[in-house]
Amino acid sequence: MTTDTDTSSTDDTASAGQPAADGGTGRRPGKTNPGYDDAGGAPGAAPHGGRPRPTGRRLAAWAAGLAGVLLLVLLPLLNISLPGVLPGPSYTPGSLQLLAMCMLMAAAALTYHLLLGVAGLLSFGHALYFGAGVYGLAIILQNLDIPLLPAMGLTLLIVIVLAHVVGSISLRVSGIPFAMVTLAFAQAGSVIVGRNPEGKTGGDEGLTLRTDNLPDFLVGVVNTRNLYWLALAVLVAVFVIVTWVQSSRAGHAAAAVRENELRVRVLGLQPYLVKLLIFVVSAVLVSVIGMVFLLLQSGAVPRSMSADLTITLLVMVVLGGVGSRWGAVIGGVFYTILDQRLTTLANSEAVKSLPDILRVPLSEPLFILGTLFVLVVLFLPGGITGTAERLALRRRRGNRGAGNGGTETPRDILEDAA
Amino acid sequence: MSTVVLLLFTGLGLGALYFLVAAGLSLIYGLMGVLNFAHGAFLTLGAFTGWEIARRTGSDNWGTFLLSLVIGAAAGAVFAAFTEFVLIRRLYQRHIEQVLVTVGLSLAAVALFDGIWGTDPVFIKGPAWFKDTTEILGARIPNDRFVCIIAAVMVLLALVFFLKKTRYGMIIRAGVENRSMVTALGIDVRKAFTLVFTIGGAAAGLGGVLASHYFGYVSPMLGGSLLIFAFIVTVIGGLGSLTGAAIAAVAVAVLQQFANFYLGGTGDFVVVLALALVLLFRPTGLLGRTS
Amino acid sequence: MSTPADHRATEAPPILRLEGLSASIAGQQVVEDVTFTVPATGITALLGRNGVGKTSTLKAIIGLIDRSGSVELDGERIEKEATFKIIRSGVGYVPEDREVFAKLTVAENLRLAERDAAPRRQLVEDLFPDLLARSAQMAGTLSGGQQQMVSLARALLNTNKILLVDEPTKGLAPKIVGEVAETLAEAARTVPILLVEQNLHVVRQLAEGAVVLSGGRVVHTGRARDFLDDADLIQRHLGVSADAAPAGKPAGNPVEKGAAL
Repeated sequence: MTTDTDTSSTDDTASAGQPAADGGTGRRPGKTNPGYDDAGGAPGAAPHGGRPRPTGRRLAAWAAGLAGVLLLVLLPLLNISLPGVLPGPSYTPGSLQLLAMCMLMAAAALTYHLLLGVAGLLSFGHALYFGAGVYGLAIILQNLDIPLLPAMGLTLLIVIVLAHVVGSISLRVSGIPFAMVTLAFAQAGSVIVGRNPEGKTGGDEGLTLRTDNLPDFLVGVVNTRNLYWLALAVLVAVFVIVTWVQSSRAGHAAAAVRENELRVRVLGLQPYLVKLLIFVVSAVLVSVIGMVFLLLQSGAVPRSMSADLTITLLVMVVLGGVGSRWGAVIGGVFYTILDQRLTTLANSEAVKSLPDILRVPLSEPLFILGTLFVLVVLFLPGGITGTAERLALRRRRGNRGAGNGGTETPRDILEDAA
Repeated sequence: MSTVVLLLFTGLGLGALYFLVAAGLSLIYGLMGVLNFAHGAFLTLGAFTGWEIARRTGSDNWGTFLLSLVIGAAAGAVFAAFTEFVLIRRLYQRHIEQVLVTVGLSLAAVALFDGIWGTDPVFIKGPAWFKDTTEILGARIPNDRFVCIIAAVMVLLALVFFLKKTRYGMIIRAGVENRSMVTALGIDVRKAFTLVFTIGGAAAGLGGVLASHYFGYVSPMLGGSLLIFAFIVTVIGGLGSLTGAAIAAVAVAVLQQFANFYLGGTGDFVVVLALALVLLFRPTGLLGRTS
Repeated sequence: MSTPADHRATEAPPILRLEGLSASIAGQQVVEDVTFTVPATGITALLGRNGVGKTSTLKAIIGLIDRSGSVELDGERIEKEATFKIIRSGVGYVPEDREVFAKLTVAENLRLAERDAAPRRQLVEDLFPDLLARSAQMAGTLSGGQQQMVSLARALLNTNKILLVDEPTKGLAPKIVGEVAETLAEAARTVPILLVEQNLHVVRQLAEGAVVLSGGRVVHTGRARDFLDDADLIQRHLGVSADAAPAGKPAGNPVEKGAAL
């Protein structure tokens, strides 16, 4: 395509550069300009919204990630205090519990990233699968006398079937209707949990985890650090799997579907099946996270299947930066800690002594988080990672060509989802 | 027989509430492509405003009730207009981000309601006549059902009149079909956006006051729980179709009541099943655009 | 004879001047660095293969898609204005595929388009007596030709500085094509028109100037007749043989659209 730019005055080169597939569809006129293929990606090999990075930097990023994981592995053995972030030194169960929660939420946000950031699917029903993991495992452990791993396997089987059924129906529509339909299905799940059929789900009270068939090292406050390591393992595994899915053929196809469904159809791929695959993978992963969540919390609560949870995941992904894996992780950790700290703040004497007009909003963590979220969507479309990247880019360029010099991906991804 | 009639009227009353929420949702989505998660918050604000009016002016007379309807609708309308003007408009054409903003607003608003009015339901009393019953075909039907039904029918008629007979109504109908062509005729369609949001907010606020009487209480969760069924109603009715919303609202609510009674409390589940069936056989909804 | 001149001077200043106009849809560039002018009288044809950016150029002029570069209407820069303001400043737009409001009546379609204090209802009634008879009918139930009449009428109701007309004969029966062409010729006596048209008979019959796009850029400007008489140019830029544009024949034969490759 570069010949076009060189010899723009001669029409022959221009028409020769016209990709055959485009003229046939006739839907998006005039895609023949030079540079188009560079921006949109060649057919079948669309870049998944990522910035082309020099391999050196990518290697450095992986090395940093590995070092970070190593530090996290050692954390329960160390005595690190982060006042204002952690409730106590890093080896205490309270801190480990919070950190484990952060990692599970980060992992769950990653699975949501797979839906929204990769496949462009705005689902409001992701909690259904998280909740299916939580309640599925809890109910099976409660009622069947089988060990943990078979119980998890059985739960997984149920989730796979559920995700296929719901996914294949919901994906008949796309964009906003898809959001509404997934919400409706998740709501059905939430309602069933609330109704407490035959006393199986515990209704509003939830279920306490039955520990009879669990291995000892996962039970009790003294073993919090084992659960912490389990959560860390889940986060790392989910990160690796999501990375792998994204760079696989299916991941590329999903990104291509997100950008231009028609184009993919022309190439002979089935957008519907690609999206269903991503939907199911994401559901299965989040259900596993739900199972570990159950072990960590030693109980199932209705909130784990509510629309609120899905919205929380969505907020995490958007806060972190849509389309970025690290964004999802950072968003998940940031949100979980902030939520925890804001709850502490809300109950503090300092807030309680304020006049009503300040006390009421400050004593509602969700008010602050909701407002923060609105502000991020309005003013920081790239979320935390996007903004950091822009700032870094601006500094490197010495404030010259600032603004959206890089490919402004998060907004594009959101547009594709519509 | 009397049970069937009672269920039918209870369903119609609930359907009236669904319609009042869904009407605005459907018009907003149809015209602007915005899925408004804050719509439940409009309703809840209307309900609490109505409750405050009732609390301050002595709750059990008709004057108070009518006043609370008007003020509740006004509160919903003002909140909605503010939402469109301050948040939605800045993200013109960015539909997903518009959804995200309404999600954030809804989180913040519900939390604020929690902070102001508490998380527990507050109970409300209307005119004594509401709790009396009227006998129809042997069924003793609580009168508040009729109030909801009459109010929803009046709102429906007013909306139809507005859409069919006024220039702005015409602009909105045209915009639902093809928004960019409306601007290409030299019309500032953004004014219609604010208007549709305001109307939707007013209907939701009105619905909030009525819902508080129908259920007998107000809580910060009131809007959210009705909103989900209103979403289902708009999808089944066909996004952007007011008539579709009205038909689907009644169908969904009546189905829900009957399933709850005859199929052991499975109403919500049956409604989602109905949604799945509609999507399988008619993805655009009953009266949705086919394209 | 005024030409869509870029180099030569014209006797009157052009009504529309595009300079370096680029446009994109969903982040993908569909018009690139397009520069041409439209004279203040007569019909100028905008030609090119399918999908070359003709429709996008018209949409970019009135801001229906994201654009950059400069657009000057009657000496005023309009490229930063909102669509509805551009239209109000005197642009009539007749889109591809008519885009009538199917669920509105014919009368409502027309009423919606009225923006002048005194819209020219009489003129429209004279031009399209059919529409008057069908004013209470839903526009979606009209035939393609009738819908095109509604679409044209919506533009002709108002006083315009320019009309942008996009493929008005697309998919119409030969007889109707003739009627549409006559209406455009009639309209062109009072208002300049920028016309996108695949039917080269119609182009020959109506257009004085021609601007040819290829690959999102302008590759040829000049007199329409000169272009149509050059079989080689037609073959190269439109991808059709010169038979598609035989001289002297009346317009109306449905012509295969330019190389849907």
